[in-house]
Amino acid sequence: MVELSAKSPCAGLLPMTIGGVSVAEVDLGRLTSIAPYKGRATEAAEDFKAAHGLAYPAANRATGKDGSRALWFGRDMVLLAGPSCDDRLAQNAALTDQSDAWASVTVTGERAEEVLARLVPIDLRAAHFKRGHTARTLIMHMNGSITRVGADSFLILVFRAMAGTLVHDLKQAMEAVAARG
Amino acid sequence: MRLTCPMCGARDRREFYYQGDAVACARPARDADIPAWDDYLHLRDNPAGVRRELWHHEAGCGSWLVVERDTTTHEVHSVALVEAPA
Repeated sequence: MVELSAKSPCAGLLPMTIGGVSVAEVDLGRLTSIAPYKGRATEAAEDFKAAHGLAYPAANRATGKDGSRALWFGRDMVLLAGPSCDDRLAQNAALTDQSDAWASVTVTGERAEEVLARLVPIDLRAAHFKRGHTARTLIMHMNGSITRVGADSFLILVFRAMAGTLVHDLKQAMEAVAARG
Repeated sequence: MRLTCPMCGARDRREFYYQGDAVACARPARDADIPAWDDYLHLRDNPAGVRRELWHHEAGCGSWLVVERDTTTHEVHSVALVEAPA
């Protein structure tokens, strides 16, 4: 019997630090998308709060903290990252396990905003994009999810198959920012 | 060009995909006659001026949007969700 071991999406690619900005892979735990059935968003949000003790995030917002986080993930969808999703949510929402589908990294450093400004078409500066804010947008040419998780730290999710491209794009942007001194 | 998505706010045109005339929202009745379906599927006017168009916020929230846009000035008059949020 061959012993198989799980490989993380960014295995062999991360961590990296360039010009004071660091990119590290994070294991978010279980990822479950929660898509409330039509007309049952309120019930689904109540189920969610009761089951997980977290506020159900409004559009463009994230709740929770490391280990148990809820990200708004698009129209009528929230991604629960961390714990297994409670079964009782299934009565008002479609639940889908997406644990192996996403590559997740954090970009941290004083100049993280400058790095991301080269890749992302929205304003991620702190005055506009505060802790607890999240966005579905582009990272270079890729669809992704960006959340501010700290004063100088962002959580980025892209499709797992795009992990190499994400690291490549971040590396180029980090080198360019570092080169400007 | 920027479109103000009702869910996400003002976003770059790169995030959106253009589908076509918003006539697609006005689907004929099931028992409509063949000319009505022909018109719905194939016949489009091509005027210069204000158009109602369908755009998809594909790199954002995934909503379908009805955008009122002037093809002569590129002015965007309104952006609305095809369907009110659940």
